Amino acid sequence: MKEARNWYIKGMQNGIPIGLGYFAVSFTLGIASRKAGLDPLQAAVMSAAMLASAGQFAGISMLASGAGAVELILTTVVVNMRYLLMSSALSQKVRRDKPFWHRFFIAYGVTDEIFGVSMAVPGKLHPAFSYGAVTTAAPGWVLGTFLGAMVGMVLPVRVMSALSVALYGMFLAVVIPPSRTSRLIAGVVVVSMALSGIWNLIPGLRDISSGFQMMILTVVLAGGAAILFPVTETESGDGEDAPREAGETEEERGGIRFE
Amino acid sequence: MNKNFWVSLLIMFLTIYTVRALPLTLLRKEIKSPFIRSFLYYVPYVSLSVMTFPAILTATSDVRSGLLGFAAAVVLAWVDGNLFKVSIGACLAVYAAELFLI
Repeated sequence: MKEARNWYIKGMQNGIPIGLGYFAVSFTLGIASRKAGLDPLQAAVMSAAMLASAGQFAGISMLASGAGAVELILTTVVVNMRYLLMSSALSQKVRRDKPFWHRFFIAYGVTDEIFGVSMAVPGKLHPAFSYGAVTTAAPGWVLGTFLGAMVGMVLPVRVMSALSVALYGMFLAVVIPPSRTSRLIAGVVVVSMALSGIWNLIPGLRDISSGFQMMILTVVLAGGAAILFPVTETESGDGEDAPREAGETEEERGGIRFE
Repeated sequence: MNKNFWVSLLIMFLTIYTVRALPLTLLRKEIKSPFIRSFLYYVPYVSLSVMTFPAILTATSDVRSGLLGFAAAVVLAWVDGNLFKVSIGACLAVYAAELFLI
């Protein structure tokens, strides 16, 4: 039990900087939620339930456009597909001498950032570490969303306008750094943005809901890239979402982001 | 919308939780197919890029400030990569730009 307590505290410590970052970033999410017609409580519950940046962002736009169940499910799967890889990596990292049911609770906290600090743990992962990280990280996300949805209208137009790009900045902070080291990823990022830009200039196409647009472009472009440039074992080891050698990669990630 | 909200959220929550929980609880063997591995490897880069651009241009009060925020975020992410700094930096760039532009 002492060991579990120590891991829990360690997880909490690692979760604090994540929670602070979440607080700032989720403010925009709250503002976007409000724009989509959600009240602060709905926005906060959504954040607590989903704990996902891109996923929630897509979710909000789907809520606003009145998407049906099929679109909700498919888009949520596509946008959050990276969690499949993270979850796969974690399945190998979690201690097997701990009860199996822990995995159902660890799954709740599989986010880019919590995954990062979890994989940076030396050796195997004690479930208590994950719980600790979620304990300090998640409230930042929920509180930021709530306040963003609450005071979104109160803030000056300039401040609102400025905060509107925080989330996009976060996405760029995920895709740009690996583009530095991999020309392949850089190419994929540039082509994706270019085609998305062109798509939104074409009358019929740009009227398709943003959730579906993203889904179509992602399946086509990621599929095309996979056919043209299959990722080898060593290459995938360099990626942020790589299932293997993740300890190494994530340590680096953790160092960059949470020092 | 209000009625649909909770149902829609439940659908999204169950979906995202399933995505997170399935491999962690079921997957014992690693994925062998090079195509699927490669596809999944590219998915985050494509989806996040597509979501960011061109949406960031129309997110602010003015296309020019959106463009500046975009440029600032790319440069910051390139030199630093810290999520927090990139995010705040983009906001500050937009704020500063709009002081002059609008």
